Amino acid sequence: MNNYTIGLVIILYLAMLFVLAYFAEKNKKSKWTNNPYVYTLSLAVYCTAWTYYGSVGIASSSGISFLPVYLGPAIALPLWIVLMRKVIRISKQHKISSIADFISMRYGNNRQLGALVTITSLFAIIPYISLQLKAVSETFSLISVKGSYESTGFFDDSTFYIALLIAVFVAFYGTLSSDASQHKKGIIATVAVESILKLCFFLAIGIYVSFYLFDGTTDIYNQASLQENFEQLTSFGSIENGFNWLFTICLSIFAIFLLPRQFHVAVVENDNESYLKKTIWLFPLYLLLFNIFVIFIAWAGNINLPDTVNHDYYSLLLPLQQDNYGLAFLVFIGGFTTVISMIVVSTLALSTMVSNNIVIPYGFIKTLVEGNPEENTKRIKNIRRMAIFLVIIIAYFFYIRFSVQFSLYSIGLISFVIISQLAPSFFLGLTWRRGTARGAEIGILVGLVIVFYTLFLPIISQAVMPEVKFVEEGLFGQAWLQPAHLFGLNYLTPESNAFLWSLSFNTLTFVGFSLRTKGNYRERNYAEMFVNHENYGNLQEGGFIWKGEAYVADIKRLLIRFLGEQRTNRALRLFNNKYNISETEERADARLINFSEKLLTGTIGSASAKILLASVSKETPISLVEVLNILEESKETKATNKLLREKSEELSAMAKQLKGANEELRIQDKLKDEFLDTVAHELKTPITSIKAASEVLEDPDMPIELRNQFLQNITRDTDRLDTLIHNILDLEKLASNSTELDLQTYFVHQTIQKAVNGVEQIAKRKNVKIKVKASEDVKATYDEDRIIQVLTNLISNSLKFTEPRIGKIKIHLEEHKSDFFIVVEDNGRGIPDEDKEYIFEKFYQSKNQNIKKPQGSGLGLAICKKIVESHNGSIWVDKKAKKGTRMIFSIPKENETT
Amino acid sequence: MKQHKILIVDDEPNIVMTLEYAFKKKDFGVFIARDGTEALDIAKKEKPDVILLDIMMPEMDGFETLKHVRSNNELSHTKVVFLSAKNKEKDIEKGLKLGADAYMTKPFSIKKVIADVEQLITEK
Repeated sequence: MNNYTIGLVIILYLAMLFVLAYFAEKNKKSKWTNNPYVYTLSLAVYCTAWTYYGSVGIASSSGISFLPVYLGPAIALPLWIVLMRKVIRISKQHKISSIADFISMRYGNNRQLGALVTITSLFAIIPYISLQLKAVSETFSLISVKGSYESTGFFDDSTFYIALLIAVFVAFYGTLSSDASQHKKGIIATVAVESILKLCFFLAIGIYVSFYLFDGTTDIYNQASLQENFEQLTSFGSIENGFNWLFTICLSIFAIFLLPRQFHVAVVENDNESYLKKTIWLFPLYLLLFNIFVIFIAWAGNINLPDTVNHDYYSLLLPLQQDNYGLAFLVFIGGFTTVISMIVVSTLALSTMVSNNIVIPYGFIKTLVEGNPEENTKRIKNIRRMAIFLVIIIAYFFYIRFSVQFSLYSIGLISFVIISQLAPSFFLGLTWRRGTARGAEIGILVGLVIVFYTLFLPIISQAVMPEVKFVEEGLFGQAWLQPAHLFGLNYLTPESNAFLWSLSFNTLTFVGFSLRTKGNYRERNYAEMFVNHENYGNLQEGGFIWKGEAYVADIKRLLIRFLGEQRTNRALRLFNNKYNISETEERADARLINFSEKLLTGTIGSASAKILLASVSKETPISLVEVLNILEESKETKATNKLLREKSEELSAMAKQLKGANEELRIQDKLKDEFLDTVAHELKTPITSIKAASEVLEDPDMPIELRNQFLQNITRDTDRLDTLIHNILDLEKLASNSTELDLQTYFVHQTIQKAVNGVEQIAKRKNVKIKVKASEDVKATYDEDRIIQVLTNLISNSLKFTEPRIGKIKIHLEEHKSDFFIVVEDNGRGIPDEDKEYIFEKFYQSKNQNIKKPQGSGLGLAICKKIVESHNGSIWVDKKAKKGTRMIFSIPKENETT
Repeated sequence: MKQHKILIVDDEPNIVMTLEYAFKKKDFGVFIARDGTEALDIAKKEKPDVILLDIMMPEMDGFETLKHVRSNNELSHTKVVFLSAKNKEKDIEKGLKLGADAYMTKPFSIKKVIADVEQLITEK
């Protein structure tokens, strides 16, 4: 393929990235740029050219040992829900912008430690970046016209220009804000898109190789199994190899947390911690998809291209061998994409670390303090841009000078081993309060020295002094000091060996020195806040322990230099409102100091922020006892708060209950009032009648018949009064359960007959027929007098509402399993449907209060209901009855004597 | 002198009986209704001078009946006296507001009822 065509496509592709980033920045708040999928895809920056090309190389020569690097993250991700959430919360709260800032803050904004972490990261990542550049360059020459691509120096090396363009891209979109903890939506969007592209292209070549070049994966397997080293390629190996697997898995678990680019995408760019829930299964799925075809491409390469030296590029060479340039070019673009996203994020993360943890705290603080806000913003951005170019240029020269010796896989692992030196100070720092800055520094240094001795020294000595045999014989001829087989462990790969010993000594030193040295109050304070983050989450500014003298005006002047007048005023206004502090307050308290430190951290890093604030305040050291007291107090405050909250919840629950009870009482009270009103009215009617009759009886001229009539009226009204009073008392007795039932066993049909006998006279007088249908063997336990009362009531009602002569009342008994039913039915005028529900209420009246119910005390059915209920039965009116009234009540046959 | 007509509206026959006797004795023309609907029919026909009106009755209550009476121009001279067991302030107020000429509570004294009714008629 023509170089210029390739160059043109590359430039077009980069232009597309610029446009994409532009639109993403413009739509910062849109859901297209803020969702768990973009977040997960951005994490896939973990898959670099190492994954894209290197895995195939490893699979072709050492079988499945490419896998543990992806198993590690897949195993670690569930841990994220706990650990990463904590890291994200702490980082958000303190505006942390890199792993160096994170570790440095944990150990009391330690400047040296921040710088050390940065340098460690540079050691780990710069060679890695150069290997990425190497991959671009090598694949470029593979797909270009044979022999047309011979670079003689970097000015005609296309890789150099690609590196420069990447630097321009990062410098532009990575420094839009001087606050490094701000999200860079543009860059993240391009990384996410690139993650899709690289996966698609890799799957495409996988499918092409498996299903076009071969007859499916089984075909590849069958052909590959004929090769001589096939056994070794498919077996897991011995127990020793198992250790190598284990260490590589650990290594990659650390890497997914600690690699600066991973920390950047996972923590700094995270805009919602709930994304983690989706990520923990989506990201392993992505890794799985990426690894499906690796082994088949590797076998296919071994079969079809037995003479190739560099197995890394099988996925490119296989289509080229078939003259399929289109596909080969797609694969190339996929690889190119992979490289770009890795370099972009790594450079961004490294440049932030370099500027905020080395350049500004060590070189520029003074200048910045004297500058005005515009200049400072410009200066900080420029420092960061310079760092970006510097990182990329150093990586480029490293690639030109050294990269020939290394494969993608080995340099990737070395990079992981170096970065994992941060693991003790990072992970133990999150869980162990005693860790100190001194311990962390010495631990990391010891680890680095061991890595240097075990991994780099052999390479260097081979290159520089091949005659010295210390690699084979060990230092000073001591066999246990052989760099690649320390302490005589001779079955580990060089990387596993380095990892095991460097990390062991690193951890031991870290723990040892931490136990021996007592950190200063800042370290202890931050240790407490990082380890028990959930306890201090609500304190924020208050959790910072600081004692001394400072003036608001000085701090304000300092903030203005970095944030500008407007932002500073706004921030301070918010702060004052939040804590109810007067605008005229002159003295600054610990909260303001911590608040300002946080504001500055995003821009210049935590170490510089500490130094700056120290310059405007007079801090007095605080004793251990005081620190512990304050921490204890804040813990207690939290506990008290919790207690108060619980109490308040209890109280409001109780208030609710009381309100409910009050409402209930009010209703009861209203019912009682209504009842009394009705009782009064019912009593007044006969009294009125009696009084009026007595008055007219005074008339001496009244005819005798009329006189008798009035006297009869008086008697009847008196009876009416008597019944009413009797019923009221009866009902109240039943309602308060103060009457005891006289429970005995009776034949039900006999009881019915007794009730009928009682009303027979009236029925005869009114000429109404009563018919009873009851089997004679139903026995049950009840209070007979009460049941007779119910029956009498029901029958009397029926008598009242039926017409003479045609009136008929039917009573029948039904026996059920455990109860008996008695139905009283008549052919009278019936009950209006709308009243059927209410007839059992005492003095039931229709909605209109002034309309009078039919004659009667108005209590009969209410009493019946009470009696039936006291027998654990129920009474109701049959709503379906067409003509007349059909009342039914049921009583259990067995009633417990109470 | 023309005989005065009185309409007694109550659903309690015993009470009606006493009032009927007393007013007849005073030479009133007495008419009787058991509920509001019946009362209105009779009132329209007889145009009584006074209506003694109970409130709690089946079908149409006293308040409702009064409203109908007051909306009928032919009955503009008819005096209406409530005779009710409802003795709450708000009921009395309501009755007077609706246009009753007097409100008497049960139990009542017949002499007093007669005296009040006669006074209402002479005021005319």
